[in-house]
Amino acid sequence: MPEREGNLEALGSLIQGFGVLADPMNIAYMFIGITLGVLIGVLPGLGGANGVAILLPLTFSMSPTSAIIMLSCIYWGALFGGAITSVLFNIPGEPWSVATTFDGHPMAQKGHAGEALTAAFTSSFFGAFVAVLLITFLAPVIAGFALRFGPAEFFAVQLLTFCSFVGMGSESPFKVLCAMMLGFALAAVGLDSVTGELRMTFGSVELLRGFDFLIAVIGLFGIGEILLTMEEGLAFKGKAAKINAKVVWETWKSLPRYWVTAIRGSIVGCWMGITPGGATPASFMSYGLAKRFSKNRQNFGNGEMEGVVAPETAAHAAGTSALLPMLTLGIPGSPTAAVLLGGLLIWGLQPGPLLFIEQKEFVWGLIASMYLGNIAGLIVVLTTVPVFASILRIPFSIIAPVIVVICAVGAYTVHNAFLDIVMMLVFGVVGYVFKKLSYPLAPLVLALVLGDMAESSFRQAMLVSQGDLAIFWSNPLVGSIVTLALVMLFWPVISALLRKRQSRQDGGTQVIPVK
Amino acid sequence: MEHGTQNSDPVVSNRTMEIVVAGLFALVAVVVMADSVRVGNGWGSDGPKAGYFPFYVGLIMLVSSLATLAVNIWRHSGERTAFVEKHQLALVLQVLVPSVVFVVLTAFLGIYLSAVLFIAFFMHWVGKYPLKTILPVSILVPAGLFVMFEIWFLVPLPKGPVETMFGY
Repeated sequence: MPEREGNLEALGSLIQGFGVLADPMNIAYMFIGITLGVLIGVLPGLGGANGVAILLPLTFSMSPTSAIIMLSCIYWGALFGGAITSVLFNIPGEPWSVATTFDGHPMAQKGHAGEALTAAFTSSFFGAFVAVLLITFLAPVIAGFALRFGPAEFFAVQLLTFCSFVGMGSESPFKVLCAMMLGFALAAVGLDSVTGELRMTFGSVELLRGFDFLIAVIGLFGIGEILLTMEEGLAFKGKAAKINAKVVWETWKSLPRYWVTAIRGSIVGCWMGITPGGATPASFMSYGLAKRFSKNRQNFGNGEMEGVVAPETAAHAAGTSALLPMLTLGIPGSPTAAVLLGGLLIWGLQPGPLLFIEQKEFVWGLIASMYLGNIAGLIVVLTTVPVFASILRIPFSIIAPVIVVICAVGAYTVHNAFLDIVMMLVFGVVGYVFKKLSYPLAPLVLALVLGDMAESSFRQAMLVSQGDLAIFWSNPLVGSIVTLALVMLFWPVISALLRKRQSRQDGGTQVIPVK
Repeated sequence: MEHGTQNSDPVVSNRTMEIVVAGLFALVAVVVMADSVRVGNGWGSDGPKAGYFPFYVGLIMLVSSLATLAVNIWRHSGERTAFVEKHQLALVLQVLVPSVVFVVLTAFLGIYLSAVLFIAFFMHWVGKYPLKTILPVSILVPAGLFVMFEIWFLVPLPKGPVETMFGY
């Protein structure tokens, strides 16, 4: 039974991975990462993606394994941290915790902040755990499968990733395309590695290096967010958080009741994380489903614990499973996964199927750290909520300049280039305008990261076929991926047509579509 | 948003902004396509030329930006809603302008001293804090960064004449 052998092998590799973690320094980095991550998740203007981007240069002196453990723990911490602001302050620290405010904050208002936070953290942990299990057993299979991929298949998967943004995004498809193509265009700036030709540099030496996506991430998400927060004239008026062992225990006893919601949330999250729908739509979808199927649906929005469990499991499952395509195919499922991918590239590790063969210790160390990191995260957040809540009470007029300075430092350290700080400010204004006009930022960042890779696999595929697009339907595998991608791309049109047809039939008019 | 105050007049409507941004996208798209044609967007002797892929990127951007443009010229619904109101713009500029000055200063004074000035100015101007709150925050944060980057992680940040004086 080859499948069973594969599973056993995954388990064996995982145990080796835990061996990597036996190094006490790695455990220390894990806790530092989680704490920094929660801090980043709590503070406005610093999120998972730009927090990791800013701290990335600091890890260059570490070994790649320690560095990725710390960086991914920052990511877990940021995922946990978003829930704190949602529940206590009704301000989502991260977009994926918006749905958590619906029931989390009403619970806090009724004096059940401790229960709401415990429920949020525990269900986050559950969602992440399911996603890590999925990664453990699915990643080697996908990586093995992807070893047989040629350039056409790789381009097809990338195409699917980008078309999913169009099909699954809530924004106007034209805006998604615009933002995405801007990312591709910025990625193309500079020296073309195949022909050695200079593209879109317009004689400027500074543009020769091209645009670094880390700068873009720090500007778009960091400075842009500060501008938006400032505009809202934010005043933090929060509820006090009291978490003690008794509250935690009482909440844990009541949580198993919501097992259906938790499992459904995890499945929605895993699916949305692997296909780059992302954590935010996953959390909304899971909340919506829970509301539709719950016995207490009339209580949703007034502080129903199930309404906290649903979005949190989904958001964490999505955030975690976004690393699956990043590790196995080199295609990140979220902006933060994209930043982690950038880190891997800087350390000279090429994510993709070969990583599982050539860098076994690294991969399994990372996967093992996901298990421990989430347990560490749960412990850290349950014990330190009051500290982080008090950080939120620091007025914005102190926080804002400090965060701008930190962003500037982060932007500078990427290449030690002053121009990058200027670029960061420009990206900040762009991010502010895009956010206000609902141009999505995630496809822009992903296109900027994957631009070169997508272009080179497209070119190679075209070289193989001598410019014949039929290569994308040359075998059933690539054909079905490309077809699925096209369905995704035209999904807004397809769904509009379907709805029109539906409403015609519902309308009772005897129009029979003849075409 | 139901702001009844007189200082919340819209500065620019959503529709205008949509049209401007879509127009800028179209412009960028044309630049991308033009440059791709310059380096060659066809098939060279050894395969696709450098502009082969970016040309289509530009083309898709052009088509979709024109679509957004057309939708917004056609529809007037965005006319009523404000992209940004006067007092909002003032708040945004309150943070943006000092940030720009901070970045410019960094080129001359180095990042640490500029950070001290920037944080102190912002706290005084926006937060109206007394000196005894401003001084510790504005000095300790950059000092902490200095220790972390220059001494702990050995990552050099831009430094100015003052740091040189102290031998860094």
